[in-house]
Amino acid sequence: MAGAFWCIVEDDREGNPKKVMAEVLGEASRLAAQMGAQAEAVWLTDKAAPEGIKLLGELGAKRIWLCEDPAFVPYRGEAWTAVVAELAGKESPQAILGPVTTRQRELMARLAARLGAGLAADSTALALEDGKLVATRPVYAGKLLSKVTWARVPWLATLRPNVFRPAEPQGGASAQVERPTVSIPSAMMKLVERKEEASTGLPELAEAEIVVSGGRGLKGPENFVILEDLAKVIGAAVGASRAAVDAGWRPHRFQIGQTGRTISPKLYMGFGISGAIQHLAGMRTSKVICAVNKDPEAPIFKIADYGIVGDLFEVAPLLATEFKKLLEK
Amino acid sequence: MKILVMVKQVPDTATQVKVASDSRAIDTTGITWIVSPYDEFALEEALRIKEKRGQGEVVAVSLGPDRVKETLRSCLAMGADRAIHLLDPAWETADTLMTARALAAVIKQETPALALFGRQAIDDDMGSVGAQVAELLGWPCASWIMEEAVDEAGKAVRVGRQVEGGLEVFDLPLPAVVSAQKGLNEPRYPTLKGIMGAKKKEVRDVKAADLGISPEPPALSVTKLEALPPRPPGRIIPGEPADAVKELVRSLREDAKAI
Repeated sequence: MAGAFWCIVEDDREGNPKKVMAEVLGEASRLAAQMGAQAEAVWLTDKAAPEGIKLLGELGAKRIWLCEDPAFVPYRGEAWTAVVAELAGKESPQAILGPVTTRQRELMARLAARLGAGLAADSTALALEDGKLVATRPVYAGKLLSKVTWARVPWLATLRPNVFRPAEPQGGASAQVERPTVSIPSAMMKLVERKEEASTGLPELAEAEIVVSGGRGLKGPENFVILEDLAKVIGAAVGASRAAVDAGWRPHRFQIGQTGRTISPKLYMGFGISGAIQHLAGMRTSKVICAVNKDPEAPIFKIADYGIVGDLFEVAPLLATEFKKLLEK
Repeated sequence: MKILVMVKQVPDTATQVKVASDSRAIDTTGITWIVSPYDEFALEEALRIKEKRGQGEVVAVSLGPDRVKETLRSCLAMGADRAIHLLDPAWETADTLMTARALAAVIKQETPALALFGRQAIDDDMGSVGAQVAELLGWPCASWIMEEAVDEAGKAVRVGRQVEGGLEVFDLPLPAVVSAQKGLNEPRYPTLKGIMGAKKKEVRDVKAADLGISPEPPALSVTKLEALPPRPPGRIIPGEPADAVKELVRSLREDAKAI
């Protein structure tokens, strides 16, 4: 439908939308309703699961543009961009939204270039003002907020995970499934192999609702096990500061901050992290911030909602015990 | 092999940034400028490719006002052979797309085998320009790369792209665009000899007309820039660790409803 708010589906590579899609669809539905339009999903995948299709409908997608082809896996910008651009050319959506993931960051940028449209990457708020979309984005290490608007449609934006209110699944709601014929250019880039990370059994950093993070105060790589034990109790992901990563204690993919991941969990707990500006850039939009540090002057206490001045080696195991008691109730 | 490295001048992370009186940009007085860190990874990688092959040319390219010359000099001091400065009042309102169009036009003129970018600039954190240049040129593109190896013939590059849950290794035919993620390498510091030598290297100014393009109005514009609203004051929980932890867990559950 012309004027629809499109949501590009990020899936788990097993045919099901990732949790973050509830947030993207929730926001798209809210905005679309204000314009008398509807939210629609665009899904490029090798194979969509029936439950995945059902879920998108329950989360508010009125229509799903489903393109199933082995050529869409793994993601290659050359193939994806052409297909989404072709669909957008035919259907004239008002907006194209997606979650911030490594591939959607690239896809949306390419799509913006192809369509000659603007892209607000890593937005933390969207609002309609006089019928025009305005996005809010943290900039300059999160020290400032930038409001941006588009010169023309479609409005392209990527949404920071865990910031937007997720749609509640509505049982019985379903989407009309369209399987459009699209031409898929053959990609010049060829996959050699995919190296899987050893699974930690803990949630992914970017999507986790609770993140436990460690810095220089941990004194060595062997001590991260203390945080992992705590994380297991509360279902948290484990992150690290730049100091801990640069010291070689944790792989770079766990780094939170300006030269690492930007996260926005419901609860962030920092242990032995001083709170340098470049770290705050990666976590200051967390809803509740909690810090444990020996140094009462550590800058992280300035933005923390709760703080304990103390020895993390003593506090973290006590926290694990207390949380366990609480959650067993 | 010719390699173009696109770099952006950004305020140092530790610099105080204030909003300018027009509420659309930052006040640039007193700011310390640096090369965006991810762009340094890109430049370092270009220098390593050249060194490994024993020949080639590394060209640093940047778009921005006069002060950007300083950034290009730093790139020359690190080892780039020459620099191109996209300098034109028409680019003052450049958004990512306008920047991408200008860079794509330079790349078309220079015809390098590889166009290297940082994954994102740390000022506006858009992270879009590299992928947009690839799209405009119709080149293959790999973003957020952690590993890179150009083949001996100089016809293809093998890259490891960071994705959620793993690393995807791809072969890309050249010419191609890649963007550097942290972890790709450890950038070198300029040597004194490098700094002295940089003064003699060429920095060429290029205007929009030289590229045969007339910049279009921006597709995305900043309507307002404002300071982050302060967080409500926090609470340091006093007492012995065991008591403090009990109180913290209670607060997180009952007051903050965070768990």
